Amino acid sequence: MHLSSLGQSLPDTSRRTVLRGLGGAALLGAGIPLLGACGGSSSGASDTKTVTVGSNASDAVPKKGYADVYAAFTKQSGVAVDINTKDHNTFQEQINTYLQGTPDDVFQWFAGYRMQFFAAKGLASPIDDVWKTIGGNFPSAMHDLSKGQDGKYYLVPLTTSPWAVFYRKSVFQQYGYEVPTTWDAYIALCKRMKKDGLVPIAYGDKDAWPAMGSFDQINFRLNGYDFHVELMAGRASWTDAKVRKVFDTWAETLPYHQEGAVGRTWQDAAQTLVAKKAGMYMLGMFVAQQFTDKADLDDLDFFAFPEIDPAYGQDTVEAPTDGIMLSKKPQNRAGSVKLLEFLGTAEAEEIYLKADPSLIAASTKADTSGYSALQKKGYEMISQAKHLTQFMDRDSRPDFTSTVMQPALQKFIRDPKGIDSLLSSIERQKKTIFASS
Amino acid sequence: MSSETTTKIPEAAAVPPPGATTPQRRFPQGHQRLLTRRDRLTLGLMAGLPTILHVALVWVTALASILLAFTTWDGIGFDSIKWVGLHNFTELFTNNPQFWPAVEHNIVWFVALILIPTPLGLFLAVQLDKNIRFSRVYQTAFFLPVVMSLAVIGFVWQLIYNPDTGLINSLIGANEPGHYIDWIGDPDLNLWAILIAASWRHTGYMMILYLAGLKGVDPSLREASALDGANEWQTFKNVIFPTLRPTNTVVLVVTIIEALRAFDLVFVFNKGAEGTELLSILVTNNIIGESSRIGYGSAIAVVLLVISLAVIIPYLIATFRKERQA
Repeated sequence: MHLSSLGQSLPDTSRRTVLRGLGGAALLGAGIPLLGACGGSSSGASDTKTVTVGSNASDAVPKKGYADVYAAFTKQSGVAVDINTKDHNTFQEQINTYLQGTPDDVFQWFAGYRMQFFAAKGLASPIDDVWKTIGGNFPSAMHDLSKGQDGKYYLVPLTTSPWAVFYRKSVFQQYGYEVPTTWDAYIALCKRMKKDGLVPIAYGDKDAWPAMGSFDQINFRLNGYDFHVELMAGRASWTDAKVRKVFDTWAETLPYHQEGAVGRTWQDAAQTLVAKKAGMYMLGMFVAQQFTDKADLDDLDFFAFPEIDPAYGQDTVEAPTDGIMLSKKPQNRAGSVKLLEFLGTAEAEEIYLKADPSLIAASTKADTSGYSALQKKGYEMISQAKHLTQFMDRDSRPDFTSTVMQPALQKFIRDPKGIDSLLSSIERQKKTIFASS
Repeated sequence: MSSETTTKIPEAAAVPPPGATTPQRRFPQGHQRLLTRRDRLTLGLMAGLPTILHVALVWVTALASILLAFTTWDGIGFDSIKWVGLHNFTELFTNNPQFWPAVEHNIVWFVALILIPTPLGLFLAVQLDKNIRFSRVYQTAFFLPVVMSLAVIGFVWQLIYNPDTGLINSLIGANEPGHYIDWIGDPDLNLWAILIAASWRHTGYMMILYLAGLKGVDPSLREASALDGANEWQTFKNVIFPTLRPTNTVVLVVTIIEALRAFDLVFVFNKGAEGTELLSILVTNNIIGESSRIGYGSAIAVVLLVISLAVIIPYLIATFRKERQA
């Protein structure tokens, strides 16, 4: 009756039969064993010439990018790639049942705790052999990001992009602003912008995740990378004075943030930066997607989140990384390893980035000559970083971040009073969630 | 009907009068012709399949979620289910900052739907019942929102409420720093903003229900009250409204159901953020996702189930009692 044995006892189950049933099975946790029982009759695709890929790249641009990469692989190796694309959000919501059923040989996923969680549950295979071949293509920070808690490699990183403070060069020129590198300079700049009639910091947290980015930046500037890791892993306490200080520091900047953030999407907030009504916007590099006019996009620039404690400087960069993992019992292991080795080369990343220029290659070997100025700067920032973090919901348990942190941070940015009771509530809820498994 | 015949037959067949060739003796043969093996199979399938589906999809899942409410489970492998007793519930009642607001908002939802769109729907129905000119046009206009999915209504009303670019703030200039109205993010406003959208739809629904009820009112009652010299309001208050009692019961039940299942509109609007928490949304947030808290989410679902039963059971008892009396 154990689900984990489902795939092992039925290696020949037709993937499609099970996949089709999984939609219903997701509603009916108890229905899964039934499904397993009726899937055994089909013959199965033990075709070693094909590797199947579970893909969450359902948007047009990344979909084309990955299709190009896989086509190049087939051309080079003669192994066909069968891409099974699912809607991006649906893929994430169903990842649990998907990986427990009969998943594709390899599947696209995110680096960080989100990868480690499934690795620890035995739902992915370690790929140390792949990393023996591709290891030299990646900086040490990417090595760390690709390892599970057991120290084995589980992910081949493909693309990444940094979080930073974005601004328009022309606005800074017009008012004679300078890029702030310290906290005091940052606050002084906010004050000046307010006086000049600008919204100093554009802000939108309707989708509830952007505020996590603000917390992360202040936290690792103030308390360092190691504390970020401890806190995200549930080991450090949210009632610690260090966390309290993060919220106090954050509260200091809230008067300079755009009003009514909880009702605004990040896209709408980005539009105020496009319209030159806002001076700065702290977000991921994907903010560039909102700059549809070429002239506006060329005007977009960014700087690293300012230093708060000189002991940590600006050594940590939040750079969510996406990659690909090997499922727990791939039908074509040899072909999958070949594919993963190919995806770990600079060549594969270059092909992908040609189709999707809003991201940066995870490999330092990739050719950067085709990069835009923004991409080049992002690349510099990531390759010089001492530590790379992912994002609160990629560095910590997603059930904790979505059910506890998202509403808590929304409450805080709307009304920053009562931090202590908020923090003790977070800590109490955290204890139950982290204790549950 | 047929069950009566089938129950009688075994008795008749069990004690056949010895050697007699009475009609009773041939009765079993007649029965065989009545229900062949194929008939029985068909009947079995027709009754059996729906029963199996019903039991599997309704009862098993309901019982499973009640059982799961006393466990923790991340949805990965059945061996990770751990029995925790009432822990999820104590956690929910004492430690979850969204639970009590969610209960409160479900209640507010019900009260608001009863107080605003229901009388409004009744008012519109009474007016339309007078066969005024363009009656059908009005009827269609007011009923149109009911045809739309709540998710679509959520999108439409977001365009109106969007604090930066929405219709309201653009018209009254409330999208400027300093006098900014955050319809979606401000917890003192957003529930009411959503309730207006919900009422917009509910009014049409209520109107149609009352219109149907009014069509059933005997015209001679109106005549009689007119002859007695009652004015329009008196006729409505003392004659028409009392005859709408069955309709009122339906309206009450429908509104309770609407309040308990409220979900789609809010989910589209702001995913149940600060100020718009609802039980249904808490269930979804905890269960759907890559690493879910299925036990905890089930506990919230059980609370919702208990509330629903507390409302539905008295209604069913009352209805059945009435039927038995009739």
